[in-house]
Amino acid sequence: MLSNLGSLLRYRGLIQSLVARELKARYRGSVLGFVWSFINPLLLLSIYSFVFSTILRQDDERTKPYAVFIFCGLLPWTWFLASLTEATSSLIAGGNLIKKVLFPAEVLPIVSVLANMVHFLLGLLILAGFMIGFRHFPNPAALPWFPIVVLVQLVFTLGLALALSALTVHFRDIRDLLTNLLTLWFFATPIIYPYFLPAVSRYLWLFRLNPFYHLAVSYQEILFFDRFGHARSLMLLGALSVAVFLAGYWLFDRLRDSFAEAV
Amino acid sequence: MTSAIELAHVSKVYRKYSGRQFATLKSALLKRSLLRDLRPNEVFLALKDVSFSVAKGSTVGVIGANGSGKSTALKLVAGITKPTSGTVRVDGRISALIELGAGFHPEISGRENVFINGIMLGLSKREIQERFDEIVDFAELREFIDAPVKTYSSGMYMRLGFAVAINVDPDVLLVDEVLAVGDEGFTHKCLDKFGEFRRRGKTILLVTHSLNLIERFCDEAVWIDAGEKQAEGDPKRVIGAYLTSVEATEEQLLAAETARAVQEASEQAAAGSVAEAAEAPADPTGNMFQATEGRWGSREAEILRVAFLDKDQQPSFVFHTGDAMSIRLTVRAVHPLDDFVFGIGLFNADGVCCYGTNTYIEEMNPQRLAGDADVTFAIDSLDLVEGTYKLDVAIHKRDGYPYDYHRLLYTFRVKSRTQDVGIYRPSHRWTFAGDVTFGGRQK
Repeated sequence: MLSNLGSLLRYRGLIQSLVARELKARYRGSVLGFVWSFINPLLLLSIYSFVFSTILRQDDERTKPYAVFIFCGLLPWTWFLASLTEATSSLIAGGNLIKKVLFPAEVLPIVSVLANMVHFLLGLLILAGFMIGFRHFPNPAALPWFPIVVLVQLVFTLGLALALSALTVHFRDIRDLLTNLLTLWFFATPIIYPYFLPAVSRYLWLFRLNPFYHLAVSYQEILFFDRFGHARSLMLLGALSVAVFLAGYWLFDRLRDSFAEAV
Repeated sequence: MTSAIELAHVSKVYRKYSGRQFATLKSALLKRSLLRDLRPNEVFLALKDVSFSVAKGSTVGVIGANGSGKSTALKLVAGITKPTSGTVRVDGRISALIELGAGFHPEISGRENVFINGIMLGLSKREIQERFDEIVDFAELREFIDAPVKTYSSGMYMRLGFAVAINVDPDVLLVDEVLAVGDEGFTHKCLDKFGEFRRRGKTILLVTHSLNLIERFCDEAVWIDAGEKQAEGDPKRVIGAYLTSVEATEEQLLAAETARAVQEASEQAAAGSVAEAAEAPADPTGNMFQATEGRWGSREAEILRVAFLDKDQQPSFVFHTGDAMSIRLTVRAVHPLDDFVFGIGLFNADGVCCYGTNTYIEEMNPQRLAGDADVTFAIDSLDLVEGTYKLDVAIHKRDGYPYDYHRLLYTFRVKSRTQDVGIYRPSHRWTFAGDVTFGGRQK
């Protein structure tokens, strides 16, 4: 397993060009092309802001401007959601490669995660635009934590993506199961509502079991609220993520030989 | 000589999970049958204890019927799948032409796909840059290289895939039936490229159904059938053994087909009334394109059995051009007859009558047919071109009233070394006068 893990480094050229291909191919043939990378999160954001600042009006002063607040949690979640959804079917979609070419299969789910990470990073530009527009700026002292949160999320997502993609080859049901599970997960995470709601505090122990809770809170504290007090939990989650990644890779490696036959 | 590829006692088992077809994760969990369902309930042995080696710098062809395990063997050598038991050892860089352009993305241009495909096959970006022109020229796609691959015809797609794979500059090249991709010109170019590979001392393992190609190109051949190695060595000898076995299989098929046709026709004839059955549907040598197999007649005399016999009087269904062949009818007359004619007709697959005759045409005067009798029509030299032929046999009165008429019920096959055409192959030879010379066997 370790030697396989080491060869991942050798594939970085391949991963790089596949991510580039993924990004190029995605919007090929559409009129707006790459602009969709910006429009998609923007549209999603306007829907949520409209619902929660006009229809289900939130009056908590601390979450204003609401559009910026919700964006801080929504962007990383979209990355997480799209990565897992795409990675889950990546091995089946790339079946031709696995069956007919000598091809390192783990590259496929990794590419799904990384391609969506690029979309996430592009989305940050829109977030920056919003911050300027609403004159609501993050605390520069907390900003160095930002890349660390991203890294933790990356490792965590990679681990899940590897495990799910390998299992889906044998149990296609996971794809459908996952879609529903992710919807539940989204509402169980303080993304469209702040984590300091009384209702959340009451079940805090339960929330704290949710890995994405810590990610969402970290993002919001770093980018929206002035104070970052979640460092300890984040570091714990970081350690957990490494474990998840290793477990995911181990599972993937165990099932590797069955892919060419089962895809 | 050292070997570049070595398979030692390799077996490959494919598992069939027939129970899993409808068992989903949910039901597996609910019924707690997850572990049971994960266990295969049927196994399929794709390869059984196969060993062979390919010497460095040689070209070896693998032949065998569909589903015999050839491609599995190639995939094992390529490392795409792992053997269930035994070892596979390959020395040097491999390029597998198994599925051409397998990694192409339809939406992006040929140029970008060449780069990504090259990287997948193990080239660095710089190496591809250096070989890019060569690849594009080889694929003959210079004007389309910047168009998305989805706009390519399937031939263009394959050509580009082939060009990239062949330019990986492998030590060991694995080829699975990919020469059928391009037009005549491109196929020639591919063969030239293989020739160049051989001259440069590269090893080639080739899976193909084109025996011709194996005979021309390969130093050695391996024949795999039903997952087991049947023969290995000199291509001519291996191909000979393979063809003999194919003929045996064909014999069985033709025998089964004939038995089925006779059975059906007899059942149909039995179902119709006697008066109807005695009625010949149409002029027998009329429009053969509309003729269907069948049997009719009054059965006052009956053809019980028809057999094709080879020169040793053994029943057979496959003959070679020029062989001796006899057609033997076993007949029985219910009561003694004094008006009878035996007839036969040979038809090719297009329904063209190649030959037809009967005892009346040949001025034999019938006097008595009673009880059981054998009628043999002996052909000294079967001068037909390669193909499948069907036979009409009949007993009827001189005026055509049928006793028993079998229309196209019997099938046999003629094989030929020569790919000549037509419906009749007169015994012939070529002679030349003046300054005309031919070399050895044509390449």
